[in-house]
Amino acid sequence: MLAQALVIAGKDLEIEWRSRATAVRVVPFAGVLVLLFAIALDPDRGVLPRVAPGLFWLAVVLAGLLAIGRAVAVERDNDAGAGLVASGLDPAAMFLGKAAAIAVELLALEALVAAAMAALYDVGVAATDAWLLVATSALATAGIAAAGTLYGAVAGGDRSHDSLLAVLLLPVLLPVVLAGTRLFEAATQGDAAGGDIAWLGLLAVFAALYGGVGALAFGPLLEEG
Amino acid sequence: MTTTLRRTLTSVTVAALAALTILALGVAPPDRVQGDAQRLMYLHVPAAWIAYVAYGVTSLASVLYLVPRTRHLRWDRVAAASAELGVLFTAMTIALGSLWGRPVWGVWWAWDARLVTTAVLLFLYAGYLALRRVPAGADARAKRSAIAALVAFVDVPVVHLSVVWWRTLHQQPTVLNPELNPQIHGVMAVTLLVGVVAFTLLYASLLWSRCRLAAVEADAAHDTLAVAVARRRAAAGLPPLAEAGAR
Repeated sequence: MLAQALVIAGKDLEIEWRSRATAVRVVPFAGVLVLLFAIALDPDRGVLPRVAPGLFWLAVVLAGLLAIGRAVAVERDNDAGAGLVASGLDPAAMFLGKAAAIAVELLALEALVAAAMAALYDVGVAATDAWLLVATSALATAGIAAAGTLYGAVAGGDRSHDSLLAVLLLPVLLPVVLAGTRLFEAATQGDAAGGDIAWLGLLAVFAALYGGVGALAFGPLLEEG
Repeated sequence: MTTTLRRTLTSVTVAALAALTILALGVAPPDRVQGDAQRLMYLHVPAAWIAYVAYGVTSLASVLYLVPRTRHLRWDRVAAASAELGVLFTAMTIALGSLWGRPVWGVWWAWDARLVTTAVLLFLYAGYLALRRVPAGADARAKRSAIAALVAFVDVPVVHLSVVWWRTLHQQPTVLNPELNPQIHGVMAVTLLVGVVAFTLLYASLLWSRCRLAAVEADAAHDTLAVAVARRRAAAGLPPLAEAGAR
């Protein structure tokens, strides 16, 4: 199953690498968000470094919606999804593969947003606290990718699925935004050890929950075509 | 038989709502601390109760649809109707709570864990209803919706847990302080109980009507093509099709 998942993930990443269809939209979109957040909150008032953790996850989730929408569109166009079903690959492997590809894209996006915010918002993290950023990103990204892939399949039948995907997915991601923000706050305030690490557990539970449900539900969702 | 039952249910519901109105507005005493604003609780609490019941029924009906042995479009209609009522009663819960919160807490809204979870519930199921409007065949929609309903349902405990952690880590809950809810008066308790019963009946009769309407709609959609074909043939002076005539 792992081999099959890697095939799917490799396929999606290769499509993206060759077309860069997501990158040319998602990266500028995330950049504009980073800029607009600062305009809305006024960089001179000194609130940006304090609220940066929350803005970071907002930017990632909003820009991530575009990446997830693209991953769905790839299967919808030219009936590629039907081809996948006909290929006889394990649906759970397809789910994990697609989620893994989205996760890789999200991680790249997060690195860019983090760099932009570090530079523009004047936020920094001590080297000793960086592990918390990495752990949080890994778990939160897994959760967003799993829930996103699942809801992408749920909403996939609709041409105007982008707004539907947002309506379905954003409320579901509330725990991820919340936990990610709290953990990033602890890291940027130099309090990684004292922060409430239980949030990491919540992120892990969320990722496992949606990974499991998604792997189970993906087959029946694909069947309907 | 079912018509009689349905009419009886409607009558009993109307009677229960009338009893609730009289008890809540006339018989129950005003709250010593909150005054008349407290009377909103006789609607707020039953509405919240029904919202949870409705989402529970949606989940149950979705499971029944997904299990091959009990698969029937009836369960899809129940799930949809119940989710609609759930969204309605959740919105009502929030609106009534807000009206009550303004005089009693001094604010329309507080970032209390229960409030936030309720708001997320509203959006989760509003999304479910939006998904149901995506054009699809009846079976495809039913399956997709059933999966979506269950996926939304499993999110609720995670959302609630995360919000509870968030609020309790930052501040002690001040809003749902037990001291604000003094010993409940006997008449008040009875009124609240009548409210819960009346709203449960209201939910049951609305659910029934909505499911019936959905079934009629499905039938009508099914017949539309046959009716249109028959009309065109009649207009062209052709005899009706055999199978169209049999229907």
